Amino acid sequence: MKNFSEHKTLWQRNLWDRFMVALLTFSTIMVMLPLLIIIGYVVVNGISALNWDLFTQELGSPARAMQGKSTGLIHTMLGTAVVDLLAIIIAAPVGLGAGIMLSEYPDHKLNPILRVINDTLNGMPAILKGLLAFALIVKPMGTFSGLSGGFALAFVMIPIIARSTESALMSIPWSIREAGLAIGLPRWRVVLSTVMPAARTGLVTGFLIAFARAAGEAAPLMFTSFGNNYLPNHWTGMILGPVDTLPQRLYSLAISPYKEWHELGWAAGIVLLGFVVTLFIIARMLTREKNYD
Amino acid sequence: MIMKDKQKEGISKKPLGIIYRWLGDRIFFTLAFALGLTIIVLSVSMAWVLSDESSLAFKEFGIGGFLTGTTWNPGVGLKFGALPFILGTMVTSVAALAIAFLPAIAIGIFIAEYAPKWIGSIIDNLIHLIAAIPSVVVGIWGIFAFAPWMRESVYIPVFNWTANNWPSLLPVLGNPMGYGIATATIILALMIIPFTTVLTRDAISKVPREQREAAWALGATRWEVIRMAVLPYARGGILAGVMLSFGRAIGETMAVAMLIGNKNTLPFTIIGPAATMPSVIINEFREAVGSLHVSSLMGIGLVLFVISLTVNLIAAYITRKLSATGGQLV
Repeated sequence: MKNFSEHKTLWQRNLWDRFMVALLTFSTIMVMLPLLIIIGYVVVNGISALNWDLFTQELGSPARAMQGKSTGLIHTMLGTAVVDLLAIIIAAPVGLGAGIMLSEYPDHKLNPILRVINDTLNGMPAILKGLLAFALIVKPMGTFSGLSGGFALAFVMIPIIARSTESALMSIPWSIREAGLAIGLPRWRVVLSTVMPAARTGLVTGFLIAFARAAGEAAPLMFTSFGNNYLPNHWTGMILGPVDTLPQRLYSLAISPYKEWHELGWAAGIVLLGFVVTLFIIARMLTREKNYD
Repeated sequence: MIMKDKQKEGISKKPLGIIYRWLGDRIFFTLAFALGLTIIVLSVSMAWVLSDESSLAFKEFGIGGFLTGTTWNPGVGLKFGALPFILGTMVTSVAALAIAFLPAIAIGIFIAEYAPKWIGSIIDNLIHLIAAIPSVVVGIWGIFAFAPWMRESVYIPVFNWTANNWPSLLPVLGNPMGYGIATATIILALMIIPFTTVLTRDAISKVPREQREAAWALGATRWEVIRMAVLPYARGGILAGVMLSFGRAIGETMAVAMLIGNKNTLPFTIIGPAATMPSVIINEFREAVGSLHVSSLMGIGLVLFVISLTVNLIAAYITRKLSATGGQLV
C-alpha cells in the first residue's frame, strides 16, 4: 500500500513497469543463450564424432586408439543397460511401496517423518549414495561390480519414485476409494485395482523421471561399478564384476591425456544426452496428456 | 470396463472372506510400511556408515583437528585436514548461488507473469530439459570448450593487465590456467539456474488469483501487482527453492571435479585451481590405498552429509507449509 502514497505520477509508474518488462525479457534471453549454446556445442561435436565402430567395438587399451585401430563403446552401452535395469528393478518396489504408504495411509504416525527423510535423501549428493553402496555392497563382496552400481543408482531413484508415486496417487480423488470400499472391496484391492490403474500415467512418468535422473549420474558409479575397458568374458561379469557405464566412461575419457579418447568422449556425451533427453521428453509428454484428461 | 469386471470378481469371492480381506489388508499394509521404513533405514545407515568408516581419521586427528587441518598429504606425511575442501565447497556454492539467484528468479517471474502462454511454455519446457542434462555432459563442454576459451579471452588478458598495473594483486588473482574457482563457479551457476527457476515458477503459480485481482482492482500496474501481491505471497516458496538449489550446488560433483583444477592446498586464489569436498572424493577414492586415506575421505563425506542435511532440513522447514511437491522437479 505504501506504494500508492508515494508521490509517483502514473507516467513514472508506467515507465517503471516498461523498464521491468525489458529487464526481465533481457535477463531471460541472456541466461537461455549460454544454456542453449552448451546443448548446441555438445550436439554438433558429438554428432561429428559418431561412427559405426562406436556401437560395435570395445574400447581396449589407450594404445589401441593411438595406433588408429577401431575403438568403440559397445561394452559401455551394454553395461549401462545392465546397471540401469538392475537399479530400476531394485528401486521400483521400494519407491512404490513407500509412495503407497505415504498416500494411502495418510494418518499413520510414520508418514510425517518418512516424508521429511525422503526429501532429505532426495537432496543428498549422489556421491554419498555411491559411498553408501561402496560400504554396503562393494566391501562385503570384495570386488567392484555392476550389482553395487545398480544399488548406488537405486539409492538415487528411490526417493524420486516415492515422491512421484505419492503425488500421482494423491491426485486421484478420495471419493474413488470410498466408492470401492462401499461396494465391499478390501482396502488393498481398492488401491491395486482402482487407484493405481487410474494413476497409471503419473506412476509411469515418475519412473521415467527417476530413471533419467539416475542414468545421467556418474558420481555414484565411480567406485561401485568402477569401469572396465573390455567386455567381460561371460555375461555374469556384467553383474558380478567391474563394468563400464556411459557417464563414468565419459568422465574417464574426458580427463584422459589421449586426443583420440577425447573424440570418443564427445561421442559418449551425445549418446548419453540423447538417451536422457529422450526419456525426459517422453515423461514430459505423458505429464501433458495427464493434465488434459 | 475392466475395473467393473474386477469389482464383480471381488464381490463373488465372498467365501474366502477373512483371508481375502483381513489378512490381505494386513499383508498389504505391512509391505507398504516395511518399504517406507526401508527409506528411513537407508538414510540412517548412510549416516552410520559414513561416521563408522571415518572414525579412524577422527580418532587420529581429533574432530577439531580434522575440520581445521589445512594439510592434505596422502603421499608422504599422511596428514589429512578437511579445511581446504570445506572452504572450496562453500566459496564455489555461495558464489554460484549469488550469480544464479537473480537471473533465475527473473526467468521464473517472466515465465509465470509476463510471457505469452506459448513462449512461456516453450521456455518452461526448455528449462526442464536443461535441468535434465547430466552433469558430466556439461563437464565435457566445460573442459574442452569453456575453460580454454576463458583462459584465452578472459584470464590471460586480466592476468597481463594486473601484472602491469598491480603486481601486488597477482597472488590473490592466481594462475590463469583456465581450470579454477572462477570457471567452476560460473558452470555451477549455469547448472543451478534451471533448478531455481522451476522452483520459483512453482511458488509463483501457487499464488491465488484473487490476490492478483485485488491488486489490479486498486489500479496497480503489472509490475506493482508482482511486487506487492505476487512476490510477498510466494516469498517462502522461493526461499525454499533457493535453499534446495544451494544444496544442489554443494553436492554437485562431476562438472566441478572436471573444471576446478584440483589443488589440495590452501591458499586458494580467484581464478586459480582449488578443490571441493565432492571433487576430492571423486579424484582420490578410487586410488586410495592406505586405510587412513580412505577413512579421511569418508570423513569428508561425513562433513558433506552434515552440511547438506542441515541445508535440506532448513528447506524442508520452509517448504512444509507452502508446497505440496517438496521441491521436486516435475
